[in-house]
Amino acid sequence: MRAEPLRVVCYVNQFFGQLGGEERAGAGPEVRPGAVGSARAVQQALSEHGTVVATVICGDNYVAEQLDRAVGEIAALVAAERPDLVVAGPAFLAGRYGVACGALCAAVEAGLGVPAVTGMAAENPGVDLYRRRVHIARTGTEASRMLDEARRLVALGLALARREPLGSPAEAGYFARGLTANAVVERSAAERAVDMLLDKLAGRPVTSEVPLPAFKKVAPPPALGGVRRAKIALVTDGGIVPLGNPDGIEPLAATRFGAYPIAGRDALDPALFDNVHRGYDTTYVKQDPHRLVPLDVVRELEQRGDIGEVHHTVYSTVGVATTLANSERMGREIAEQLRAAGVDAVILTST
Amino acid sequence: MTPVAVMVGANRIVPAAGIIHPLGGADLSPDEERALRRRIVERALQALQTEVVGPTVFTGESPAAPPGGAPAS
Repeated sequence: MRAEPLRVVCYVNQFFGQLGGEERAGAGPEVRPGAVGSARAVQQALSEHGTVVATVICGDNYVAEQLDRAVGEIAALVAAERPDLVVAGPAFLAGRYGVACGALCAAVEAGLGVPAVTGMAAENPGVDLYRRRVHIARTGTEASRMLDEARRLVALGLALARREPLGSPAEAGYFARGLTANAVVERSAAERAVDMLLDKLAGRPVTSEVPLPAFKKVAPPPALGGVRRAKIALVTDGGIVPLGNPDGIEPLAATRFGAYPIAGRDALDPALFDNVHRGYDTTYVKQDPHRLVPLDVVRELEQRGDIGEVHHTVYSTVGVATTLANSERMGREIAEQLRAAGVDAVILTST
Repeated sequence: MTPVAVMVGANRIVPAAGIIHPLGGADLSPDEERALRRRIVERALQALQTEVVGPTVFTGESPAAPPGGAPAS
């Protein structure tokens, strides 16, 4: 542990830096000596363990509208102060501010090799964007509890700066970074599983070691009045892509989807398509893509008048080890495009 | 994979021909394969025209299985 206090640089937005409200959100970055605005709570939480040598202030819109450039400028100002630790925020529920804090912490740690910490509420979009790269303290939503929340950031920041072991995200109060840590436990998995079962049978509370994602209930859309006048779209999570995979859809844990035109085509030529899915043997669907995307049959039904219209675009992604969050986002984005195009219903083929 | 589809809450589910070729069959003749594909698509169109109250598996036997109904494969 260091004997001398740490040099700490704080980052705050125009509001918490007391420049002003939305009317100053376009303000570029500036440095003030010492602790300014909410950084004073950080100084109070640090007590004798550290000194806030400077506060960097920047407007939310200035950062949000040119993230890479603005973060570069802010990081340069931070670097000039030679910090041992950077504390950004807390940002509570403020989205632009949270994204700025996450991006700055990531840039400071990667570019300067200086530990950085921020804090925000679980619903802040900065959490999902940056929790894997930086330590984000879990805060509430109320800025009126600034000193309490600043203490969380500082406790986490001091541990990072001193290279102390942090403990699990739940213990140390930060958002899980998606890392797996090995731990030695007293009882084997079989014993723990039997204990859990006995607890369950006895009606005692049971806590799973593997938290399962919660699937939201989606109310079923009403039935189509008739498909003869409906516009039907084909969507798949089976990994079909045009040769060369122009959208760079990942072979597993996809974050992207592709939209591929089929207007005027009666069939999918196997010579023009590939399949990047790494979760099943794609030999057969590469031989004949209709085994995954039934364009031949829906065209036939369209020509016979059994379907009103086949939508001119097929959407495709890879559904293997794909996170629930990315699946939901991609589904929402695809649905928005389909809705804007007047599509009535979707046949989604899955492997 | 229909149990998974039920678990995650897909509302209209049609069992298909298998993971490696959901709408085909490598052992079938081209005509048989296309007929199979057509049956599955037609069942999907039927499902789209059927009211459901929750995840429903459309097996061949009945137009609408009860919510959370048994998978066919």
